[in-house]
Amino acid sequence: MHPAPSVIAFTTLSGLGFGFLAWLGLGIPDSYGWASFAFYFVGYALAVGGLISSVLHLGNKKNAVKAMSQWRSSWLSREGLSAIVTLLVVAIHAIGRIFFDTALPVIGVIGSILCIWTVFTTSMIYTQLKTVPRWNSPFTPVLFLGYAIAGGALMTGPGRFTIASILLVAVAIVQILAWRNGDGRFAEAGSTMETATGLGKIGKVRLLEPPHSGTNYLLKEMAYQVARKHAEKLRMIGLTLGLVLPVLLIWLLPANHIQGLLVILLHLAGVAAIRWLFFAEAKHVVSLYYGK
Amino acid sequence: MTTLPASTDKKLGLVIDLDTCVGCHACVISCKEWNTSNYGEPLSDQNAYGADPHGTFLNRVHAFEVTPDDGPAQTIHFPKSCLHCEDAPCVTVCPTGASYKRTEDGIVLVNEDDCMGCGLCAWACPYGARELDQMAGIMKKCTLCVDRVYNENIPEEDRVPSCVRTCPAGARHFGDLGDPNSDVSKLVAERGGMDLMPEQGTKPVNKYLPPRLKDKSLDHVKHLDCQIAEPKGLLGWLDKALEKL
Repeated sequence: MHPAPSVIAFTTLSGLGFGFLAWLGLGIPDSYGWASFAFYFVGYALAVGGLISSVLHLGNKKNAVKAMSQWRSSWLSREGLSAIVTLLVVAIHAIGRIFFDTALPVIGVIGSILCIWTVFTTSMIYTQLKTVPRWNSPFTPVLFLGYAIAGGALMTGPGRFTIASILLVAVAIVQILAWRNGDGRFAEAGSTMETATGLGKIGKVRLLEPPHSGTNYLLKEMAYQVARKHAEKLRMIGLTLGLVLPVLLIWLLPANHIQGLLVILLHLAGVAAIRWLFFAEAKHVVSLYYGK
Repeated sequence: MTTLPASTDKKLGLVIDLDTCVGCHACVISCKEWNTSNYGEPLSDQNAYGADPHGTFLNRVHAFEVTPDDGPAQTIHFPKSCLHCEDAPCVTVCPTGASYKRTEDGIVLVNEDDCMGCGLCAWACPYGARELDQMAGIMKKCTLCVDRVYNENIPEEDRVPSCVRTCPAGARHFGDLGDPNSDVSKLVAERGGMDLMPEQGTKPVNKYLPPRLKDKSLDHVKHLDCQIAEPKGLLGWLDKALEKL
């Protein structure tokens, strides 16, 4: 699948933003006034920034508002609607803490649950696609939620770095398992050039001639291929930057804001690389019609 | 709502005969012509006269080679367009309500006034039947020429999809696949019509007729081997002498 920068930015930033807002809803850290304003400002900037980025990849942006309408059937619609409802509910909690020095714990917890639900709906946009066997797996929502919760914990500051580092190690283990499982998903799903053409009863099928000499939307969007050796290098880079180095820095450096910023920036860069791979490594069954 | 109808009154669709298709691409061109100049946004081309031309097509013809274990390879020309699936995954993923499957005849369509061009339906389709037009930013797909099949302003013989009307080989058939007595249903029953990628669970309405069995043996090809005569006389002596060196 084509790794569109807008969608990578959307899933990475929004995931981190909603993960952070989920922790804030639980009163972690327990802040009020200006300090609380700073936390919520960053959380909203990430969540909303990601959502705006996702709108940029639309072909016909003027109809984006209609995406709220099909929540009964569409995960993408649920995602859009959930994001907006969540940001509104979280805003009530934020206003209480920032302007009235008041914690509204029930609304805070509801906001946190909605944040997690929103990340889950994002993951289901990809998980639901049978056409992309690597995504069509329980690992997808588990990882999206894992990155959001672990990244969110990092954002809450050095006070929660012990729990954050435990979460990062857990995410790293699940990520490695997901890669190993994902490498076999396409073959397991059972779609081949023989089933795609229905010619398997006769024999082995290969593409003799593509339908056109140039490229097309389908090839650009769904037949993106990343060389296997590059994929393995990028997995190592993503894992190191996003998960291993942050854990090492948490344990080795003194806890302060510079350490905190460094850890978060490394984590964000690593998650973006892993998210790039999430798209680039995913093979769509339509590529079979093009002999890929 | 982008939920699918529980059942449709008719199941209009195509039956494509892989035995008969000659791969001339007339259906591709005829489809592009009809659909660029009629319903909805035109099917744009990018850099049409440049080094890297590409554009939107609703029907494309691939060519495959299939090799049986015990016979020569066969070439199969393979037209591919929307299969108007009963369980169309492209419809349910649509967030805006633009994609829908008609209850009356099962045709899967895009309401272009509602499409936001997110491309998720194209991801959900296993067959590559949907293409996002790069000029309009709107999803385009086969309409089964819904603006022809019910069109009383055109002669009756033209009230079939453009690809079917134009096929010079008679490899494309149009009809109601929900009616077991229709010509297309009989054709499917007689020739063992098949679904593409049945494991995807989309229940395609369009069916493909497999190619008929070809000659399995290559024995007759032996007659074409040229007989190399042994050289005689001086050439024969030279041949033997050189052989000994």
